[in-house]
Amino acid sequence: MSNTPPVHPDASQQPRGDVLADDPSYAPRQSGAESAASGAAGETLLRVENMHLHYRTQRGVVRAVDGISFEMKRNEALVVLGESGCGKTSLTKALLRTLPRNVAHFSGKVTLAGEEISELSEEQFRRTVRWSRISMVMQAAMNALNPVVRVGEQVAEPLRVHNGWSREKSRERAAEVFHLVGLPADFLNRYPFELSGGMRQRAVLAMALVTDPLLVILDEPTSALDVLTQANIMNVLKRIKREMGTSFILITHDVATSSELADRVALMYAGQIVEDSPAQHYFTDPAHPYTKLLMASVPRLREVVEPEHIPGQPPSLLELPEGCRFADRCPSRHERCGANPELQSLPDNRKARCWLFTEEAQST
Amino acid sequence: MSAESQTLPTDTAQVETQVPPRTEGEALLHARQLHTWFELRRWGIVRIGYVRAVDGVEFSLARGESVAFVGESGCGKSSLIRTLLGLHKPTEGDVIFEGRKLSERSRQERHEYRAKVGYVQQDPYGALPPFMSVRQILAEPLIVHGVRDRAERERRIRAALEEVRLSPPEEFLHKFPHMLSGGQQQRVVIARALILKPEMIVADEPVSMLDASVRIEILNLLRNIQRSHNLALVFITHDLSTVRYFAKRIFVMYAGKFVEEAPVDELIDHPQHPYTQALLTALPDPDPENAHRDTEVPGGEPPSLLNPPSGCRFHPRCPHAMQGLCDVEEPPLFEPRPQHHSACWLQRPEGEQPPKADPGATP
Repeated sequence: MSNTPPVHPDASQQPRGDVLADDPSYAPRQSGAESAASGAAGETLLRVENMHLHYRTQRGVVRAVDGISFEMKRNEALVVLGESGCGKTSLTKALLRTLPRNVAHFSGKVTLAGEEISELSEEQFRRTVRWSRISMVMQAAMNALNPVVRVGEQVAEPLRVHNGWSREKSRERAAEVFHLVGLPADFLNRYPFELSGGMRQRAVLAMALVTDPLLVILDEPTSALDVLTQANIMNVLKRIKREMGTSFILITHDVATSSELADRVALMYAGQIVEDSPAQHYFTDPAHPYTKLLMASVPRLREVVEPEHIPGQPPSLLELPEGCRFADRCPSRHERCGANPELQSLPDNRKARCWLFTEEAQST
Repeated sequence: MSAESQTLPTDTAQVETQVPPRTEGEALLHARQLHTWFELRRWGIVRIGYVRAVDGVEFSLARGESVAFVGESGCGKSSLIRTLLGLHKPTEGDVIFEGRKLSERSRQERHEYRAKVGYVQQDPYGALPPFMSVRQILAEPLIVHGVRDRAERERRIRAALEEVRLSPPEEFLHKFPHMLSGGQQQRVVIARALILKPEMIVADEPVSMLDASVRIEILNLLRNIQRSHNLALVFITHDLSTVRYFAKRIFVMYAGKFVEEAPVDELIDHPQHPYTQALLTALPDPDPENAHRDTEVPGGEPPSLLNPPSGCRFHPRCPHAMQGLCDVEEPPLFEPRPQHHSACWLQRPEGEQPPKADPGATP
């Protein structure tokens, strides 16, 4: 808090850039030294260590994010897969610190491009991280556009708020980003209702990209769209990743679509990551028993394989079992599953949370 | 009423001679040149226009047959099934069930029709009244259709719950929809559709709101029920990958019309219509290589049904569109392969009148 400048009562009316110029923590963004494209591609961009996010409810504490650690590199696309209610969306809330009121416990260390952003105060986080370095396309965001404000205005808003840019300058940048996501520039003057679902989704994506962030979090960006529109949006994301060097975290439950972007896949189950593997291994040779079952349950178009369902239901996040959280549904269950295993490192840069992969188990 | 019923027998006979079922077995349901248009607001007597949600659909369904309608949202597939269910009155054409036109049925006969057709809605939570217990929900159709004996009702409710694997039934009878998981809710919806022992089930995207792992369970359940009761099944989806486990035939719908129809494997392995080809390309199977290649899909959006494009409705987005033909003349259904119909000029049999323009030219 020490280096946060005092917030003037009418600070919101001043151009933000003036206020921020005094703020040393804002310097890297202002000098433009850190944009998505800068930095070596193999360098670690984001490291999350032991993140917890628990909610207080009438029926007890919901452990939505319960000890999640992962790492991602620059220009990488990390897919977070999981069934509904496994804590995927809570993870994004924890990363962006857009927390609801009923948080019971929130902890974890987050390092973004070498800077420990979990140490930042709320105000510093808002100014220097949220939307300027990590932006997001929220679930069903295309339906959350303000119906009475022109789309271009809404897309340019982050620049005016975060960078203190003038209306004209931010509009020019918005036009650039519109081009990037494949929207004609004259759409800037349209209202959301004049756009189709796919177009609105592109506009929301433009809003997330307009500040040239290091990392874009996409929460189910295509689940409400039609097949062809979905394929078009995935093409746009691939192109942006290739051309702009942006990194993505893609949250989804759709296994087939996730393979369209994934460099790495983290599978969540009951608030924890159970497998974290490079895409080429995840989709062809899954390690964890849950991953195997999940992959077998995906109906395939081009192969005649009968998909199989996973028996049972995921545990309630209110009363999580002592041991391995998947044990009740697991075909490889044995006596050790009474205790919850740690995320074990495997060869080929893979990780799995299962007793089958401990060192002793592998040596025998 | 009496005048109507007098004319009926002759009419039924006519229908039977006119429409021989295309598939083996007796046609249970036949949709004849079905058009469902919704009128836009009207200024005085001036009509602004119509949304042509269903615009000339024809198909028959045999007893025990399962078919799937595939299409993007807004292509009219929901309007089509709502018309089949008798919830919308067709603007033109008719639905013929067991040889009798729906439009000529009396109130009582339409009531009977509804008992013979079960409906599985898309969103199970929205389809179940939140203030009724599972027992009340399942008793409702029985009461409406005159099962007065309480013990008999109870027996059938329990049997239906067993049928959809919600057992033991005692555990679920007193529960309210919000106390059930998504999969269980969908099972209750299916039980409700089955409880009157229908001849046909219409399922509108029955698994699109469910999780991947539950999805397969529900699809398997529906399939087993369909087979064991020899039910006709109309299955609506936008996800072609689930169709293979389900339906015998697929109808691909685009902008209010069927553009292609074929047995499932035939359609997936040899798609003929450019729209179907695009749909199949856009549907990935999980493969790490997907991330390194772009999917080739046509740009643009499905057309407005208020003012659909002239000629073939897909021509503005079609990579093979032939100027002077596709944008002028609407293609009929050709049969490029046995049992495989496609409404595309590319499938015009050889030897027929060549197109007016150069086939290679694109607009």
